[in-house]
Order: sequence, then structure tokens, then C-alpha cells
Amino acid sequence: MTPEEEQQIRARQKSRSLVTGLILALLVILFFAITMAKIGVSDAI
Amino acid sequence: MTTATFDSYRMPADWRDFIALTKPRVMTLVVFTGLCGLLAAPGGIHPVLAFTTILCIAIGAGAAAALNQWYEADIDAKMKRTANRPLPAGRMDRQSALHFGVGLSFFSVVLLGVATNWLAAAVLAASILFYVIVYTIWLKPRTAQNIVIGGAAGAFPPVIGWAAVTGDIGALPVALFMLTFFWTPPHFWSLALFVKTDYAAAGIPMLPVVSGEVTTRRQIWLYTAIMAVAAMAPVLLQLTGLIYGLTALLGTALFVLFAFQVYRHRESDQSRMGPERRLFKYSILYLFLLFGAVVVDRWVLA
Repeated sequence: MTPEEEQQIRARQKSRSLVTGLILALLVILFFAITMAKIGVSDAI
Repeated sequence: MTTATFDSYRMPADWRDFIALTKPRVMTLVVFTGLCGLLAAPGGIHPVLAFTTILCIAIGAGAAAALNQWYEADIDAKMKRTANRPLPAGRMDRQSALHFGVGLSFFSVVLLGVATNWLAAAVLAASILFYVIVYTIWLKPRTAQNIVIGGAAGAFPPVIGWAAVTGDIGALPVALFMLTFFWTPPHFWSLALFVKTDYAAAGIPMLPVVSGEVTTRRQIWLYTAIMAVAAMAPVLLQLTGLIYGLTALLGTALFVLFAFQVYRHRESDQSRMGPERRLFKYSILYLFLLFGAVVVDRWVLA
């Protein structure tokens, strides 16, 4: 594996990690909202 | 990159290719029909849970699309229209697509079950399994009627949307299922008429390839007749009112006219398939129109 290839692989891994992190953060918000909706604390959400 | 095919298994696929694997454009139609099923259902649902339901239908459809491409990578490689998808183009390895598809399937079904109810989740699971196993693996490579039965997978979303709200399956979502089911053959075969050479090259037994173009035109006409009955059924059974009734009557009349033109047309040159292209384009508008009318009708009457 040449240094350029390694660099390219690292860049791919980084962008994938960022997207995965973003999706996980959105899921945290979604699950919180679902929980609130299910226990009926607030209809304002 | 000359070593692309040799090294591609080491190169992690771009995240955009995972999005492409879910066929976002095809998703819009199932999201729309699912939303209409949800909005037409009696009773209320919390907006967050409604959003989650539509999200799960979208993810489930994406999962089915990913598994379809995992299974058909070699076929996709032979067709111009599909050769640039992530798998045939070598931008992703097959195992990633399989894991992605199976993962999304479980996630969407479990999330829908937890957020709404397990009947809705079961219908979603059934629709994914139906698309992947019955359509992609079993029928598509074997019979020219493949898309007729396979169309059932695309007809499930309104049933899922309805079940998420009510916890049961009423007569109206079944009627909408039948409409989408019988709409699929004329919709898809009109497309198959003007992209015939591609399917022939890949060895997929599409009706125009196996039985010829004249038979396809007759079958389009026959299924359109059944679809017209299904389209009028909701209003005849008094499940909807006149807003849907008039929209369905006019919309279906136009559909029947276009289908009749395709039926009478005799042309095998694909650059001169005007009526076929028109029917295909109109069929998409038609489904949006009728499903929209169901929702408007139910809301105005309520």
C-alpha cells in the first residue's frame, strides 16, 4: 500500500465516521422525542 | 486508478454510495403512499410517531433496495441503466451491501414496532421479505409475470401507515393496496417496452422479451381494466366520498385512454415509443393524484 492509498483510505474512514456520528446524534434526539411522545409528557414536541 | 478492481476490497466505500444503494428516488413514491395511508386512517397519532412511521417505511424500502442490489450485482453490471450502481461499478464490496441491507431491515422493523405497534412492524417485515425473497430471488429471474406479484411489495406502504395509527387493517388500506398492485403492471411494462434491449442483454424475462411486444400491449390493457375497477372501488364501497370519486373517475378515464393508445400502437422502434413514454409518465402522476385525493377526501369529510 502506497502512502497515497493509505491517505485516501484514512480520508474515507474519517468521512464515514463523521456521517455515522451525525446519524447517531440524530437518533438520540429521535429516541428522546419518541419516549416523550409515548409517556405523554408533552404534546408540544 | 488502474488497480481499482484489485484494491477495491481494501478501500472502504464512500458513504454516499451507501445512500445510493437505498435508491432514494424510488423511495419518494412509497413514502408518499405510506403517508397517505397514515393520514387517511381514523383517529390520531402523535406527530413524532407519524414521522417515525414514515422514516421506518423509507428505511425499510432502502434496505430492500440494498438487498436487491446485493443479489443482482452481476445482472446490474450487464445493463446500461444500472451498470454505474455502487456494486457493479466496483465502488463497494458485496458483503458491505448485504450487512447494510440486513442491518437496516432489522432496525426499521424493530423501531416501527417499538414506536407504534407490532402489526405495522410485521407488515413492514413482510414487505421487505416479499421484495427480496419472492420478487428478487424467486420470481424476477423465472417468470414474465414477475413484476405483477412483485408489485405487491410496493403496495404495502399505505397498509403500514394505516396500521401504525389504528393497530388494525381496514377496508380502505386494502383497497389502496389493490389499486397499487394492479397499477404496477401497466406502469412497469410501459417502461419495459421502451427499454427492452437492456433487459434482453441481462437475460431478465421481462414480458416484451419473452412474449413479444404485442402481448405486452394486450396485458397492459387487461391490467388497466382491473386497475380501473380497483380505483373506483373505494368510492363504490363508500369508503371515500365524491372528492376521491371524481378525481378517480377523471384520472382513470385518462389512464384508460393512454393505455388504449398503447394497446393499439404497433411500433418496435424504441425511439418512436411516444404513447408508451406518455403512459409511463402519466402513471406516476396518476398514483400521486389518487392517493392525495383519498387524504383530502377523508379530511374534508371528517
